[in-house]
Amino acid sequence: MNDILKIADKEFSSRLFTGTGKFSANHLMTEALIASESELITVALKRVDVANEEDTMLQSIMRPHVNILPNTSGVRTATEAVFAAQLAREALETNWIKLEIHPDPKYLLPDPIETLKAAEELVKLGFVVMPYIHADPVLCKRLEDVGVQCVMPLGAPIGTNKGIKTVDFLEIIIEQSNVPVIVDAGIGSPSHAAYAMELGADAVLVNTAIAVSKNPVAMAMAFKIAVQAGRIAYNAKLAPVKTYAEASSPLTSFLN
Amino acid sequence: MSFKNTFDTYDWDTVEKEIYSYTAQDVRHALDKEKIDLEDFKALISPAAKGFLEEMAQHSHALTKKRFGNTIQMYIPMYLSNECQNICTYCGFSMTNKIPRRTLSDAEILKEVAFLKSKGYDHILLVTGEANKTVGVSYLKNAIELIRAHFANISIEVQPLDQDEYEQLIEAGLYAVLVYQETYHEATYKTHHPKGRKSNFDYRLDTPDRLGKAGIHKIGIGALFGLEDWRVDSFYTALHLKYLQKTYWKTKYSISFPRLRPHQGEVQPKVEMTDADLVQLICAYRLLDEDVELSMSTRESERFRNNIISLGITSISAQSKTNPGGYVVDPQSLEQFEISDERDTDEIKQMIESQGYQAVWKDWDKSYFEIA
Repeated sequence: MNDILKIADKEFSSRLFTGTGKFSANHLMTEALIASESELITVALKRVDVANEEDTMLQSIMRPHVNILPNTSGVRTATEAVFAAQLAREALETNWIKLEIHPDPKYLLPDPIETLKAAEELVKLGFVVMPYIHADPVLCKRLEDVGVQCVMPLGAPIGTNKGIKTVDFLEIIIEQSNVPVIVDAGIGSPSHAAYAMELGADAVLVNTAIAVSKNPVAMAMAFKIAVQAGRIAYNAKLAPVKTYAEASSPLTSFLN
Repeated sequence: MSFKNTFDTYDWDTVEKEIYSYTAQDVRHALDKEKIDLEDFKALISPAAKGFLEEMAQHSHALTKKRFGNTIQMYIPMYLSNECQNICTYCGFSMTNKIPRRTLSDAEILKEVAFLKSKGYDHILLVTGEANKTVGVSYLKNAIELIRAHFANISIEVQPLDQDEYEQLIEAGLYAVLVYQETYHEATYKTHHPKGRKSNFDYRLDTPDRLGKAGIHKIGIGALFGLEDWRVDSFYTALHLKYLQKTYWKTKYSISFPRLRPHQGEVQPKVEMTDADLVQLICAYRLLDEDVELSMSTRESERFRNNIISLGITSISAQSKTNPGGYVVDPQSLEQFEISDERDTDEIKQMIESQGYQAVWKDWDKSYFEIA
């Protein structure tokens, strides 16, 4: 089955994107990321020592078919985000950027106004922009208008593992979007990931649930399978949900 | 409006009475809630919670893991000066101690920096006494500018400053300020700080407000345990934290737990805080707040630090010296207090890794300050 996800100039056969935070050791992270078969891995610019070519975090990720997606975690404004993105482009030699602007360090909720501003600016500067945002359908359309290559609405507050709490809004976003929709944040278990994929999300991004699991490698594999299952189910068209049973003796048969 | 307004609506003796009146039932109730408030926090730091320590530790462990993952942030203090015009009865730098004073020069600072870099540190905490003429804002600004190319993240623990002074330092590359109230008991505070600018209780109390207004990235608060009843001081610290989080919502917060250590003065702890008490407190803070950073210094013993890694703390120092030039320039200069855990950085790193945690050296980038 040819079910390739295309974002900007890149094609992905895996719809599971992953992150690099919270792992207990780099070697464990490497094993988990390999098991996930993820081809897009996000890394916080602030965790990387860009001056050091032998940065162990980066070395632990780099493999063929794996793309590094630097993120701007830690910035509070559009100006800071644009600056950080440029630094990341220079240091990591990629024009892809996961735009995260969360001025609130407690819940790490994205600032929609600054994000839209930064996205517009970054697109003009030639970046492939992947914005982390609330599940806000209007904001998604506004971001699409300024030229982002996908949107990354949250399923629940980041790091909470609460699952797809924003389902009603995600459904609208997925229905209306002309760019890929990647559900980011809140996915705590493989069933959440499968659910997001069944809804029609183009991909999911999972970090905490893998990194903090007792067995990150096995959990990465579980997510890989769940995302595949959810995608296949979506393509196969789910049977409709019914709130009542079909009557065995139809009420209108007398009309025939 | 400042924290002082909130603070004034509470009465020390009433809070103390409340904390000591909590029962096991109140603790049970608090532990069964998904989100606990300041009233529940009082129950969790009360003597009644002693019997729930293991359960609290399990909660704290799980919450910390969810928010911070399997990581411990590494930092190192660097003392720039032991000059001080305050009298603090418990502190080695107190003006009344007739000992040689020194303040590091630029060249000396860079020598110390070279040593700390060789150990792998990228987050540094600059510490001074309070000597505004020699170690004032311009000295601090110069020090930050001097070292900022070498560190991803710079914090200070120095005398309280005015808002515009903090703004200057933030512009120079300052990330965080740690400023402990020592004790929230005003009368006790006055007896321990009889002289110098530090004797102004209210100015110190509102320092985090000035920092919040200046737009600092992180504020560290806490009390010095031993001056007063740790339970009441910790309640006030929690109250302070909650006020700050609501008011300056873009700022991160950390809490430290210094217990009085032997030093060049005479004061012995008025109220003892046992290891079990400290564990109880750390867990209670974590249950109150999933994302506040909890920091553990080398004041504590090897055994305690080994066992606290997985209980809720998020950052740790190692191999610290508490005297200016203590690493290479002048190892014999006057120290602020004796540290307890004297293991070197590699040993601490191994200790952390052996427990399934990653020692994180860098979690910020100096370039974030180059924007203006």
